[in-house]
Amino acid sequence: MKAIAGVFFQTLLLLLLAPLLSGCIRNWKAKLQNRRGPRVWQPYLDLAKFMRKDMVISEHASWVFHAMPYVLFLSTLLAGLMMPLITAAAPLRLFGDALAFIGLLALGRFFLALGGLDPASAFGGMGSSREMTLAAIAEPALLLAIFTVAITSGSTDFSQMLGAAQTPAWRLLNPAHLLAFSALFIVLLAETGRIPVDNPATHLELTMIHEAMLLEYSGRYLALIEWSASIKQLVLMALLVNIFFPVGIAVGLEPAALGWSMACFLGKLLLLAGAVVLVETTNAKMRLFRVPDLLSAAFVLAALALLSTFLFH
Amino acid sequence: MLSKLPTLLLQAAFGAYAVGIVGGLLTSRRDRVATAVGFGGSLVGGLLAAVATVTALASGVAGPAAAFDLAPSLLPNLRLSLKLDPLGAFFVLIVSLLAVAVSIYSFGYVRGYYGRKNVGVLAAFCNLMLLATTLVFAAANAFFFLLAWEVMALTAYCLVSFEHEKSETRNAGVLFFVMSHIGTGCLILGFLLLFQSTGLAGQDVASAYSFDNFHFLGERMPPGRRDAAFVLFLVGFGIKAGIVPLHIWLPEAHPVAPSNASALLSGVLIKTGIYGLTRVLFDFLGTPPNWWGVTVLTIGTVSAVLGVLYALMEHDLKRLLAYHSIENIGIILMGLGASLMFLHTGNPLLATLALIAGLYHTINHAVFKALLFLGAGAVHQATHTRNMEEMGGLIKRMPWTAFCFLVGAVAISALPPLNGFVSEWLTYQSLLQGFGSTESLVRILFPLSGAMLALTGALAAACFVKAFGITFLAQPRSAPAAGAREVAPSMILGMGLLVAACLFLGLFPTTFLRLFRGIGLQITGVDIFNQTALLQGGLLGSLPDSSATVSTLGMALTGLCLLPAPLVLWLWFSRGARTRIGPTWDCGLRGLTPSMEYTATGFSKPIRMIFKALFRPRREVQREYDYSPYFAKTLRFESHIEEAFVSRVYRPLNRTILRLSRRMRALQAGSLQAYLIYIFVTLILLLLFAL
Repeated sequence: MKAIAGVFFQTLLLLLLAPLLSGCIRNWKAKLQNRRGPRVWQPYLDLAKFMRKDMVISEHASWVFHAMPYVLFLSTLLAGLMMPLITAAAPLRLFGDALAFIGLLALGRFFLALGGLDPASAFGGMGSSREMTLAAIAEPALLLAIFTVAITSGSTDFSQMLGAAQTPAWRLLNPAHLLAFSALFIVLLAETGRIPVDNPATHLELTMIHEAMLLEYSGRYLALIEWSASIKQLVLMALLVNIFFPVGIAVGLEPAALGWSMACFLGKLLLLAGAVVLVETTNAKMRLFRVPDLLSAAFVLAALALLSTFLFH
Repeated sequence: MLSKLPTLLLQAAFGAYAVGIVGGLLTSRRDRVATAVGFGGSLVGGLLAAVATVTALASGVAGPAAAFDLAPSLLPNLRLSLKLDPLGAFFVLIVSLLAVAVSIYSFGYVRGYYGRKNVGVLAAFCNLMLLATTLVFAAANAFFFLLAWEVMALTAYCLVSFEHEKSETRNAGVLFFVMSHIGTGCLILGFLLLFQSTGLAGQDVASAYSFDNFHFLGERMPPGRRDAAFVLFLVGFGIKAGIVPLHIWLPEAHPVAPSNASALLSGVLIKTGIYGLTRVLFDFLGTPPNWWGVTVLTIGTVSAVLGVLYALMEHDLKRLLAYHSIENIGIILMGLGASLMFLHTGNPLLATLALIAGLYHTINHAVFKALLFLGAGAVHQATHTRNMEEMGGLIKRMPWTAFCFLVGAVAISALPPLNGFVSEWLTYQSLLQGFGSTESLVRILFPLSGAMLALTGALAAACFVKAFGITFLAQPRSAPAAGAREVAPSMILGMGLLVAACLFLGLFPTTFLRLFRGIGLQITGVDIFNQTALLQGGLLGSLPDSSATVSTLGMALTGLCLLPAPLVLWLWFSRGARTRIGPTWDCGLRGLTPSMEYTATGFSKPIRMIFKALFRPRREVQREYDYSPYFAKTLRFESHIEEAFVSRVYRPLNRTILRLSRRMRALQAGSLQAYLIYIFVTLILLLLFAL
């Protein structure tokens, strides 16, 4: 019963918090650029608007096109349920670990790319091709960084990794953790389609990646896809803040602990969102073929993190 | 405690295969009868052998479930003895499963050959190969093993060159033949080394060649000879398995065979290499030195990454799949290599985990690769091309084939909740555990291999988005693709069986893992039932101290339970919304044509650019224009990639060998006197040597 309640509340948290986080990032980015920007709850209104709109489906589309939003949404939600947000043990902890988490995100991406190819548009194909390529280069860095943390804790289970990070032996300035964190930060920028990898605010044909795959989607399908994208952003950011800085996270289920944990979690998320906004405002978007350099830098950072675990073991 | 049942079933299966061979040949004048008899034989044989192996494995004992002589031997020192121990039974299970699915598929598939090719011969060869492969896995002595190995290789050669009227096919066949025999040569040398070390050479030759006497023989061998045996077996079995750099025959040979045979070649034949390596490394050669494990792990990692990278560059659907076989063999070898390293450090539990990861991936790869090859065969039959650039839009014309292919694509990309994910998860876990439990800097190798496995998995996903997306989605790119029709129901049923196998192996791994108990007991003495770590109720665990668990079934069910969430929202918000069908956005042009779609070559372009140091692509562009270079009248584009191994290693080697042979030709002048002198000189030399 407790498990089902946990799943229910975490699902609710993911669904409700994700658009707010996107809204905050968008609003702050505008503020930094001397614009007023949309209000922080604008994403909720956008989602509601998309839901109400009619859908136009391409005449070339097959059932894959219709199945994609569901698969993407459900796989992202499932991945989110495996990530500890405000309790040290994620609700679906037994069903999946860090590797399953990566796998589920990959499953969503696989179908997203197919959905891009399905309507026979060249833009969709271009987006799919780029998305899969960049994901392929980001994946080794992501996994190596997670492995580095997993080696310290001896397990790929997120809750164990988090517990290992909480023990007194852990120091904030552990070089392995710092290096792995920087590697994951770069991967975060790439996976969530942020500048300098992709620009979420543009529809310029030749540079877009994520948006190119969604061009043919409209109405409630688009709402689901956008929602999935912001949930994915939330869980990836939660990965960074909770695994590396598990400050205040609730171990039990007492209301006070949960409340404190929630406050800490929000605070950490907003800090990280601030960092993302700073990076986005101070950098220009890279040419597509410069991105591999950035991602290989992430890989090297992760490899260094691994080496330093070895040295300080 | 030998139960009679597996023996009887196995003998009946051999009988059925034999009926398939003889019946297929006898009735080969009448296509329909030959199909029914030939593939009926292999269907029954596969079913019987599958039941035999499942009963054998389910008993969970370490000893052989069946041991008998196939036939009384006519030659001295040669016994045709069979023994079905758990390791062999596991591989026989793989063959038999595929035999069932491929036979059913073949009933429909070979109709394409009616009146054109001899179907009875095809069926006979398929049966013979299944029979020979089963014998390879069950042979109980080295003589018989090599005999079955050769029969298998020759039959495979015949299957590869079945459509011998095409020169491409003939060349591929010859390449396969040559490589295969280099491998067999190494194996014969390897077995001779083992034979020499049994110490029984002068006395009882028949039992000296028996596998029972080879058990842990390596412990008694001098290290130099043991290492030599390792290298010989690695090369010999490696050629068959298709490890980099011995793989060059594989992408040539597998695509040109008929698709049902390709499925068997990729699903079963290359697994004999894995079987051989497992048998020799874990059963015969004893506790391995560290460098064996390092070598196998490194070769596995390199094969996996290079295999998938070359696969991405292919737009021939079946060649693409063939390169993926190299990738997956690499993943299997990662598991085996890790297992060897754990054996070296004396950690049988982890060694068992890693070995099971490798073997689990072996059966998974057999299942989904056969499924994909059968799907490619269906597409080939419907469109008469293997070139993906001429396909497209097939999902509407061949919905069932498309669905089956999609399941295979998700499985091979190691995405949850299907079987590829389960075995790669196990592989990751064993690689991770290696960090804490092996010595020195070598342990850095484990996480780096893990990272390369992640790269492989993500690139495989990219490759199968391309393979499925370009082949089945969007608009048809050619007239044959536009006119394609769904294939025969039996073909769909054959693929459907493999889809079911993918789902079962993916969703119920803990049920299936019970069959591994005997293998664990046999090879490392670890009882996986006692190690609750691996099987935690319905959850798949990794190790006692690392509470990481995974449950694909749980994921799938939770996913289904979450499904109402979006539906409820839509009921609330989207009541008034309608759905219209409209054209795809065409930037204001007059409609999209198939030539505007993304191509397979275009799809893999970013990867070609990123890894251009490896691929060294050669491109040629010819433009003709009248006034301005911006308005070309005609444009010709050619892009070509040749594998570095072929251009840098094999071609120079080939040239050298040809040059040497030309020199040698002077010896063979056609003069009888000269030949007599050669014989005489040789005789003298041999006499001197003997003295």
